[in-house]
Amino acid sequence: MSHHIIQANNLKYTYPDGRQALNGVTFQIQHGESVGIVGANGAGKSTLLMHLVGILFPDEGEISVGEVPVIKKTLPVIRQSVGMVFQDPDDQLFMTTVYDDVAFGPRNYKLPEGEVEKRVKSSLETVGILHLMDRPPYKLSGGEKRAAAIATVLAMKPDILVMDEPSSALDPKSRRRLITLLKRFTHTKIIASHDLDMVLELCERTIILNNGQIITDGTTLDILANEELMEKCGLEMPLGLQGCPVCGAKKAT
Amino acid sequence: MSNMIASLYNIRLLDELAEKRTIIHNIHPLIKVLTTCVYLIVVVSFNKYELSGLLPLVFYPVIIIALADIPIVPLLKRMLVVAPFIIGIGLFNPLFDHSPMVVLPWIQISGGWISFFSILLKGVLTILAALVLIATTGMTRIAAALGMMRVPRVFILQLLLTYRYISVLIEEVGRTVRAYSLRSRGEKGIRFSDWGSLTGQLLIRTLERAQRVYHSMCCRGFAGDYNVGSEKRIQIGDILYFTGWGLYFVVIRYFNIPAAIGSLITGV
Amino acid sequence: MHMADALISPVVGGAMWAATAGVAAYSVKKVQNDLDEQKIPLMGVMGAFVFAAQMINFTIPGTGSSGHLGGGMLLAILLGPYAGFLAMASILVIQALFFADGGLLALGCNVFNLGFYTCFIAYPLIYKWIMRKGYSTGRIFTGTMLSAIVGLQLGAFSVVLETLLSGKSELPFGTFVMLMQPIHLAIGVVEGLVTAAVVGFVWKARPEIIEKAASGEALGRVSIKKVLAGLAIVAVITGGVFSWFASAYPDGLEWSMFNTSGKEELEAPGGIHQTLAAVQEKIAFLPDYGFKVQEQETNANAAETEEAWPAVDAGTSVSGLVGGVMTLLLAGMTGYCIYMIKKRNKAGAV
Repeated sequence: MSHHIIQANNLKYTYPDGRQALNGVTFQIQHGESVGIVGANGAGKSTLLMHLVGILFPDEGEISVGEVPVIKKTLPVIRQSVGMVFQDPDDQLFMTTVYDDVAFGPRNYKLPEGEVEKRVKSSLETVGILHLMDRPPYKLSGGEKRAAAIATVLAMKPDILVMDEPSSALDPKSRRRLITLLKRFTHTKIIASHDLDMVLELCERTIILNNGQIITDGTTLDILANEELMEKCGLEMPLGLQGCPVCGAKKAT
Repeated sequence: MSNMIASLYNIRLLDELAEKRTIIHNIHPLIKVLTTCVYLIVVVSFNKYELSGLLPLVFYPVIIIALADIPIVPLLKRMLVVAPFIIGIGLFNPLFDHSPMVVLPWIQISGGWISFFSILLKGVLTILAALVLIATTGMTRIAAALGMMRVPRVFILQLLLTYRYISVLIEEVGRTVRAYSLRSRGEKGIRFSDWGSLTGQLLIRTLERAQRVYHSMCCRGFAGDYNVGSEKRIQIGDILYFTGWGLYFVVIRYFNIPAAIGSLITGV
Repeated sequence: MHMADALISPVVGGAMWAATAGVAAYSVKKVQNDLDEQKIPLMGVMGAFVFAAQMINFTIPGTGSSGHLGGGMLLAILLGPYAGFLAMASILVIQALFFADGGLLALGCNVFNLGFYTCFIAYPLIYKWIMRKGYSTGRIFTGTMLSAIVGLQLGAFSVVLETLLSGKSELPFGTFVMLMQPIHLAIGVVEGLVTAAVVGFVWKARPEIIEKAASGEALGRVSIKKVLAGLAIVAVITGGVFSWFASAYPDGLEWSMFNTSGKEELEAPGGIHQTLAAVQEKIAFLPDYGFKVQEQETNANAAETEEAWPAVDAGTSVSGLVGGVMTLLLAGMTGYCIYMIKKRNKAGAV
């Protein structure tokens, strides 16, 4: 089962302006796991995600995906198996139509155009927006944009999905649709989010980052229900675990 | 503020028009680009005193606008915006050129006026031709045509990116300017002393965005090259379209049809 | 100051297209050779930024009027000359297509006028020269100001030359120059002010952005040699086109465009307009229309009219007018018919 294991070992990273974003991060993620990365603003979540896809390289320590070290030379392989969904879909949808956007990745891997088309259509089908294929991105709603951004990643057929704030700026219905969609995926999922209720629903495991260090790493339910711990990390218990605002009764967990 | 909304609206309108599916829209983009080029060259190749000979060229935009269901009002509005420069330069012609050119029984028209109207007509025709091209083709397919014309792919990608982010950035700039104007006492525009920092902030944000876009491109295997993808093949209909218009333009260029019709009617 | 299709001749448009395509091809090669693929999205997004920033109006203190950014100099400073030129070209392509600003034939002229002089003359020779001793607010101000002014002056002069050589406008050289240069001096000052304001701000906030772009880390190191090489290419292209003229019409170019004084033009047969028009007839893909009645009576302005309007007598004028009106009516009717047929078909289909 060493297939698609993600192994991070003592990662340290300091930005050029001197801000230390990661300060010795170590973890291991197994194939098929679903992990939430949680932490206050500036805790190092995004920086960590960028290490997973080789946008940033650690100053110290090493990271590997499926026993392939993430270094410059291995990036084409790494990026085929790890797909990243960025926080702002406008950064990810950079082409003029949804179709071209989703096709961008497969085309870069020089797939024949027939195969590209097949992949684009099946990815769009999976996220439920095949009918928006020829639309320019600016004509999509927030939820549709998010779906399109996920489709661009799915078209690469990754084994691991890395997502930065996938539910941000979504209305409740689109958020629900997103959660349902993500639940269906069998990929290894790594989700950084402030939406703790979503993390609670989607991830069985949670890692809390604070000041570039892992504070705790364990079962989501245990961690997110630990009021003291959450408070300490500048977080708050998910609403789903908080008392009822009307009668004050604790929700049974 | 209003000019931002206007240009955003303009881009989106043309985009929307380009999504229609009419006979004209279905013609291969490369063919449309080439036809437009031939048309433009024919229009401007008429010498400066030519007026009646140019008129049959009006058929091209008229027929395409009709066949492609393009609303005419936005095109005319656009023309009004662009026209002042052409008129401004053209108006000097009647000022400097007084030689009688057209002698009608009741009036004499100087060469200057003729060449002014010739410039004006050429302006109308060339502006229409460009707008009609984009309104029936759209940026994505124009890019595909450019790819087929061996325009470097780096340039095409860059062009598409610029086009894509215009709407994102106009919205962002719009939000910032709106926030500014809400706190300034009803002034028009931005005070110059604030301009540098306002635009500079936007610029820094834009650079950060460019960085993120680059990252997301990299994550999908971007390595400096861009594969435009394939456009459908050129078909017989496309070739007929091109040769048809091409022949028409050439005939118009060589023969002054209106003059011929006119002399037929007036018997001169 | 976008050149318009209506004001240029195919020869001038074509020559400028060739020159622009040459510079662009060279720039693409440079950008690719630098193997800094990060530059590509940066160019794209920055192009869009300039496009959007052109719409931020600011009030010019004390005048009550407002101005906005042009952006050529800003692109050169942030992206370096090659990428800056390409980004400017993209903006102009989009403006020509979506806003009919300029036009597709005049696109070559416009990219050259607005991109070449700023990116390949003003930026390397003035801006970089002033910055050679390092950055300071004062130097940034002087550098951007001077290069914006020089870039726009050259561009404006280019517009004058292109218009003159096209021979569509009767504006005499002297008048046109006197019109264009001062206006563009004002525009250049404004452009310099705003560019300096932005660059100055960014330099204070994030100095590395401005300094990195110019330090030639990946791009931007423009040696005089390369600029000269670029100029040489352009010169060869334009020179080729013009020597072609010259050989076809030996006395054509000798007629100096600098001693024209518009009013004499009509009296002076063999003016540049006529020459170029004649050249255009010969080498432009189409000679003059076939049935031209060339041997019309000659009067004082025969020189101009013989290659122009087929005839000057009343008869042809009337028939031209009648025929023209007929043509327009016919075109209008055709459009209306198509529209009605389509409408009926649509109604029928529902």
